[in-house]
Order: sequence, then C-alpha cells, then structure tokens
Amino acid sequence: MKILVCISKTPDTTAKIAFTDNNTKFAEAGMQFILNPYDEWYALVRAIELKEADPSVSLHLISVGGADMEPIIRKALALGGDEAFRVNSTSTDPYFIASQVAAIAKQNNYDLIFTGKETIDYNGSSIGGMIAEMLDLPYISLATKFTLNGTTAVVNREMEGGEETDEVPLPLVVSCQKGVAEQRIPNMRGIMSARTKPLKVTESVAADTFTSVISFELPPPKGGVKLVSADTPEELVRLLHEEAKAF
Amino acid sequence: MSALIFLDHADGHIKKNSLEAACYGVKLAEQSGTTAEGIVLGTLSEDVAALGNYGLKKIHYFKYEALNNFDSQVFTSIIAEAAQRINAGVIIFTNNFNGKAIAPRLSVKLKAGLVSGAVTLPVTTNGFVVKKSVFSGKAFANVAINTVIKIITLNANAFKITKSEGTAEVIEPTITVPEQKVKVTAAEKLTGEVQLSEAEIVVSGGRGMKGPENWGIITDLSHALGAATACSRPVADSGWRPHHEHVGQTGLTIAPNLYIAIGISGAIQHLAGVNRSKVIVVINKDPEAPFFKAADYGIVGDAFEVVPKITAAVKKLKGIA
Repeated sequence: MKILVCISKTPDTTAKIAFTDNNTKFAEAGMQFILNPYDEWYALVRAIELKEADPSVSLHLISVGGADMEPIIRKALALGGDEAFRVNSTSTDPYFIASQVAAIAKQNNYDLIFTGKETIDYNGSSIGGMIAEMLDLPYISLATKFTLNGTTAVVNREMEGGEETDEVPLPLVVSCQKGVAEQRIPNMRGIMSARTKPLKVTESVAADTFTSVISFELPPPKGGVKLVSADTPEELVRLLHEEAKAF
Repeated sequence: MSALIFLDHADGHIKKNSLEAACYGVKLAEQSGTTAEGIVLGTLSEDVAALGNYGLKKIHYFKYEALNNFDSQVFTSIIAEAAQRINAGVIIFTNNFNGKAIAPRLSVKLKAGLVSGAVTLPVTTNGFVVKKSVFSGKAFANVAINTVIKIITLNANAFKITKSEGTAEVIEPTITVPEQKVKVTAAEKLTGEVQLSEAEIVVSGGRGMKGPENWGIITDLSHALGAATACSRPVADSGWRPHHEHVGQTGLTIAPNLYIAIGISGAIQHLAGVNRSKVIVVINKDPEAPFFKAADYGIVGDAFEVVPKITAAVKKLKGIA
C-alpha cells in the first residue's frame, strides 16, 4: 500500500502577525515557522501508525514550497516516512497547489492521501477536496478517526453537534483533525535517519491560478476590558444587555 | 449570472448557517441586479416554498432519500450540473463541515475560484474581492477571485438572517442519483441542545471549573441565556466534557455574538478559536489571566460565587422564574 501525506509550513501558533509592503505581504522576517500542526499531529502520525502496523506500506510526503521548506520536510521525515517530494513553488493559490500534488499523485497511484484539516495561516481547508476532485476520488473531510478494514476505510467525520461513521473503498483522500492520532516527538534515531532519506525536488507543472491575495488587514484593536466588581455581577448583566446589546 | 446557494440540512430542516448563506447570496445577487436560487439535496420535512421568505426565488430540490447519505463526490456532480444549467455566476456555501467538503471539489469541477471563510459581502467595484479570516482569526485577507464563476464559503454568524414574505418556486429535477462510494453507516447526533456552531451566545468553561461535577453553574447560565456550552482543550482532553464542545485551535472555531469564558486563562491556542466573537466576557479569579487582554468585559473573581449571581440576574431580566 502507498500513502501520501501533504505537509506545509506555517508561522508558529503563538507568532505575532504583521504585514509589510503596504499590507500586501506577510512579514516573514524573524518569523519562526513550524510544520503545520494538523499535518504533523494528525495526518502524518496516523500514516506512520499505518506503516508501523504494516511495514510493507510505503509512505511519501509532499510539500509545495520554496527551499526554506526543506528543514520542515526533514523534521517531518524525522517523525517517519520513506521519502519526500518538494515541488518548487511559492504559490499560495489552492488550485495551483492542489494541481502540483495531483500531478505527483497521478504518477504514483496512492491508495491513501492524507492532508491536515487546514493550514493555520490561510485556514482554507481546500487542498484535500481539490486533490480528490482532480483524481476523481472520494474525499472525507475533517476526520476524527481513521481505520482500515482490508481495502475499505472506516472513517469518522465531525458534523454539527455530532459525528458520522463512513465506509469508503480505497483509494481516497482524507483531511485529518484532532482524534485521528496523537502528537509525537521525533526521537534521535529518527532525526539521524531523516538526514539521508530521499528528498526529491521537482519544478512545478503548468496550472491555473484562480485567486490572488490583494491585501491583508489586522482586526481593529480591542478597546480594552471593562472590569466589573465581583461584588456586583448583576452590573455585568446590565452592561451586556443595555450597552453591548449582546442578548 | 445568478447566485446559487447550497442549503445544507439536518433532521429535515435547513441549517441556520445555510440560511445566513442564503441571505448573503440574496444580498449579493441584489447588488449585481440578478436573483438568488437555492439548491437542496436530500429530503426536507419543512415547507420548501417558504424558503422564499429569505429572498430566494427558486429552489432546486433534489428530493431523493439516497441524497440524505452525504458523499462529496456525488453532491459536487449534482451541484455542478445545476449551476451550469442555471448559468450561476456565484455559488455560496456556509463554511461548515459539508461546505468544506464540497466547495473545493466544485472549484475544480467548474474551474471556479474559491474563497473559504468569507466574513463580508464581496467588493465588486474593481474585480471581485472577498474578505476572509486568516491566521486563525488574527488577521483578514482580501482575496480576488479571477475566474468567471466564483465560489464562496461564508463563515458562521458572519451575516444576519433577514426574513420577509415570499414564496420560492420549487423545482424538483428528475435525475439518476450516481452511485455513492461513501456509505454512512452510523450517525451520532445530539438533540435538544443549542448547537455550538449555530449559537449566538456561548458559555464556556475551563480548568478553573476544577471538575466535571461543577458544570451545573455553566449549564444553568447557558440555559438562562439560551446559549450553547463549550470548553477549553484541557477540559475536553481530561474527559470532563465531550470533544465536540472543545473550542480553540484544534477544536471548533466559533464567532458568536457573545462568548462568556469562565475559568479559562486564554492561551493563544484557545483565542484562535474564539477571537472573532463580537463580545467577549472573561470571568477568572486570576487578574493576570491573558484572556482579559482580549476581553470586552471582565470580572476578577471566584466563578463559583459570581456565575450563579449572573444567572440569577439574567433570569430576573428575562422574567424567568
């Protein structure tokens, strides 16, 4: 069985966000980048678990990004996986990115393609569904549990106020969120072996770009908290009702 | 070039967030001098023509039991065919679980640019620019869609529902439902509670509540306010509350009109899930809790003493005995 996991880099969760060039560019200078948490904790770890359960599984990672993506890819390989692809492009358009992944996937006939639920920067939640449509495969989004029963996947997906259990034949695309797996820390052996795992760099294939980011905005700053004494909680209720008109 | 709105439903009723998407689509169509139409896949138990009350002119109602089984591939092909038939210029979804599954596929199928998580109506004076939430609520991006057909998923609670008198023409197309590879074998749903993703008011508890046995004061306040209940990650991870109540970076992202955080310190990962709430109230006994910096109103005090008094004041105000 062959599994592909899509990974990307994002600013650290705790990073302070700023923009440059008249608010048209994200300020990357001095920014700490991390492996996108959903890709790492859930998609990648679940794929590694499947390989641990069946060592014949070959596990590939793919990322669409510039050369600065490589330390992040090595970090992912330190957790697990046999080899990685980097498609050399800094595009941020989901359709273009999905096209790159689909092009590699078509060459390798994966049984399973995992993505994270979304990246924590663009919050698009789009790549998995796009890849699935490009490859004409079923797609389960926002999975909270993933198991295999032969060549059938049994997947729980979240829905409003509950969960649904789906049975889907392989091959398929799944976007993973909390519940699918537990975060892992790479061990020294993994870190050492990651250095020598194949990381193949290819140039991007021609694809359309459907969207472009025109500018960024920061939300208006909060006016500061209005504190109410613990002795008069009913005053808070009055303020919420009359001033904030919140209920 | 009309607007087509996908109307998601559960238990026979259109979801509230889809009605927000409908009103958004109606407004957008009005701005460009066209009309808005809805599309429903599966069976409803409500009056479909009454969806005209939200301004929709037509409803394409694919009334097939088989379509109560959700398969994004099949839904995409049916919606794409309908969109092409009516020459839809904009297709709108709510940015919920099903919307996130269908919209990207449809983007590929129709070669239509997608912006997910829109927070306001597009600006169409120069192109078609949609403002969306990015960096987990820490910023917004203005994204241009450069294709002829556009797809938008609208964030929950980002657009107000307005109702007036109206009747929609209901069209029930006859199709052969394609074979569905995804088989839904079980569904576990909670009933009788206000759903978190749809709630206008959310009361949320954190580790400061000390244990699940103390949740009564949270649910009392939420009942008084007609609110949904939520919790922080440590609370869900400790099994004090179910996972689907977890809001934050790894849980649900919500943007209610009022978010009341009780005994939650306000780690950045928690804020990422709630920072777009319109009014944030923090109740915490630690005056140094970082959440106060993101709050509009706050009380520094013991939740076990303060919250029941708030509940009593709410009940008094609403005339609930």
